[in-house]
Amino acid sequence: MNGYIFPFTLAFTALSVVGALLRPASDLVNLALLASVALVSLGRIPTSWRSGLLAVLALTLTLLLRLNPGDKLAFYGLLGVLIACFLLPNLPTLVRVALGTAILFISVPIAGLTNSFLFELGIQIGIFAALALGLNVVVGQAGLLDLGFAAFFAIGAYTWGIFGSPQAAQFIEGFPAGGLPGNYLYLFMALAIITAAITGVLIGLPALRLRGDYLAIVTLGLGEVVRVLANNLDKPLNITNGPQGITPVNRPEVGFLTQFLQAIGAEQVYGKPIDSYITYAFFFYLLVLLVIGVVILVNIRLANSRFGRAWVAIREDEIAAKAMGIPLLPTKLLAFATGAAFSGIMGAIFAAKQTFVSPESFTLQASINILAFVILGGMGSIGGAVVGAAAVTVLNIGLLKDFSDLLNTWRQTGVTILGYNMANLPPQLNPAKYERLVFGLILILMMIFRPEGLIPEQRHRVEMQEARQEAKEGGSK
Amino acid sequence: MTLGDLVAILPQTVLEGLLLGFVYAMVALGYTMVYGVLGLINFAHSEVFMIGAVIGLEVFRFWGNPAAPVIANPFLLLLVALLFAAVGSGFMAVLVERFAYRPLRKRGSKNILVPMITAIGVSFLLQDLTRIYAALRHNEFNMQYRTYEALNQVFELPFQTTIQMKGVLIIAVSVLMLIGLTYLVNRTKLGKAIRAVSQDMQTAALMGINPDVIISRTFLIGGALGGVAGVLFGLLYTNITPYSGVLPGLKAFTSAVLGGIGNIPGAMVGGLILGQLETLSGTYLPFLTNGNFGTEYKDVFAFLTLVLLLLFRPQGIFGQNVSEKV
Repeated sequence: MNGYIFPFTLAFTALSVVGALLRPASDLVNLALLASVALVSLGRIPTSWRSGLLAVLALTLTLLLRLNPGDKLAFYGLLGVLIACFLLPNLPTLVRVALGTAILFISVPIAGLTNSFLFELGIQIGIFAALALGLNVVVGQAGLLDLGFAAFFAIGAYTWGIFGSPQAAQFIEGFPAGGLPGNYLYLFMALAIITAAITGVLIGLPALRLRGDYLAIVTLGLGEVVRVLANNLDKPLNITNGPQGITPVNRPEVGFLTQFLQAIGAEQVYGKPIDSYITYAFFFYLLVLLVIGVVILVNIRLANSRFGRAWVAIREDEIAAKAMGIPLLPTKLLAFATGAAFSGIMGAIFAAKQTFVSPESFTLQASINILAFVILGGMGSIGGAVVGAAAVTVLNIGLLKDFSDLLNTWRQTGVTILGYNMANLPPQLNPAKYERLVFGLILILMMIFRPEGLIPEQRHRVEMQEARQEAKEGGSK
Repeated sequence: MTLGDLVAILPQTVLEGLLLGFVYAMVALGYTMVYGVLGLINFAHSEVFMIGAVIGLEVFRFWGNPAAPVIANPFLLLLVALLFAAVGSGFMAVLVERFAYRPLRKRGSKNILVPMITAIGVSFLLQDLTRIYAALRHNEFNMQYRTYEALNQVFELPFQTTIQMKGVLIIAVSVLMLIGLTYLVNRTKLGKAIRAVSQDMQTAALMGINPDVIISRTFLIGGALGGVAGVLFGLLYTNITPYSGVLPGLKAFTSAVLGGIGNIPGAMVGGLILGQLETLSGTYLPFLTNGNFGTEYKDVFAFLTLVLLLLFRPQGIFGQNVSEKV
């Protein structure tokens, strides 16, 4: 069978590329392209061909997106190529970097400048990936189940939200009425790292004396405490403006980006002015990319450092780790603070991007969502956390929403399916709202069938293989 | 408000705390029993509780329509609702154990995070399945319990305290269930088996007890108690949503920890204490802080209690200190 996969994939890819050039707007062509991305990734393609095929696919999909910016399937295909070029083994590093950079900095902006939904999706994925990477340090590497992780995201968001908006003037006399100018965001991104890390230590100090399930429930409780505080600190001193939330939060100036877009003649290319909405989407897309890049680098370096090894040691066997001279509490606190810092910085960006902060965004639901990213990707695996965040975000704000729209069209047109008239479908039934169903299913199915995640951490992979080997031997006895 | 007024509302507050406390105590038993046999925080128990409330609501809705009642007597109707909720929730808990937890146990994974994350997943899944049910069946999110005059009848008690008929019923049902459970656990063969499994599963298995059966029965009993508590909770607060199990579930778990998790009388006492803490802080916090910290902080209070307790007496009030074996 394996012998056929290579020529088959090659033929399939060639056919779909030709199809894309002939009929760019057809969904079938898109599906064929998606399928060839999957085949290149899964099929046993000779390594020398992989880079070439991925490049051809990336180019075709980019062309498709340029012709039809609303083409979501092409966007998902591009995402697939991106993930493949980071995760496929035996690709030259130069190809990985070149292809990744080209997709992120050329393909996506080309389409995004006319369809800001793509930027929006990219920003969401980036923010969630940073949160997943933060939680990955705590749950994945150090093995400490934290169910209140959204609290740190909230701290970061409120750090900028309060001072970058008219809110601060409410309780600090003489503070500028409109809040600090948007360009202070860069400073506050650094401050958000610090405040979130400090909160991590403050929550960790009592919580980390406990183990396992107790730790989970206490972090859950403390996470809720942070949300309740955000919800109610509008009196006696109006600090968070309560459930109404804070708005408008200032954004940095993006004059340089507007000038840049003018300089490269974007308006002539697209035949219409690039408005400030899209410019801001582009700006935050770039900012999130930059930050997520740094976060990934720091994560990789940390995982291989003395601390990373200490975390894994604690996860595997706390008592043995202690016996080997690892100071338990400080090392765990460091994991908490590091994870919190990653989500703190994204919190500040999130506040500026939304221009709105409210306690609604930081519920238990949000914490569990982040956990689902980590579990899906594979606990402890850095690539896994990013892929998990991307996959679930696409599923959640892409596919589920599309499904909702589809149901709505059916409802309005009154299509009959299997003898049921869709017009009778209750309006409360809205798949976009059933994210808990999706996250719940992901958590259960992964735990039962693939607890090591989609992209297992190296160490886990070896352990699972050994366990299977043992089970086999045990069964034959 | 003067000090006299504050004292005057105390008996009523304590009484309301008692009602809430009994509901918590019954839910807490489900957590504590499962923790006893499996060492697992069954996050899905809060949804088993919520589903009990929904089942009770449906019984009231279908058989108790005031225009054309199938069962005209509200007391009989309540009894039927309690029975259905107990059976429904009990079997729901058994299903959850069978399909979500047992496969993990059979695989023998040592990682304690795995079953707990599964439990969270089950909890989320059940919430949205209930939501889909409510949307398809009634096209609604908030579900309202029917009210009956006979159940809302008010009795005057000494110290300017009043209690509704349903309050009396809640106390009566809870006390009966708690006595029944104590009898079951301490005096019957099944109870002995449950205690044996929770002490040492392997040794219990060597003595001819099938742990799988006992675990399943434990989920059944805990689920049934949760279902009954759900109906009582619905009677008390009348409004149920697919997500209304979460907070009471968390507080019931807090109660279980308060009493010492795995300890059955502890869970009962813990529930009663937490009920008091919550209503007292909810009533008095706004007065004590001049309205600066409102009733909303009562949840914070419950969680902070949990954190403090875990820090200073992690084994709970009735728990024994167990040192970990290496």
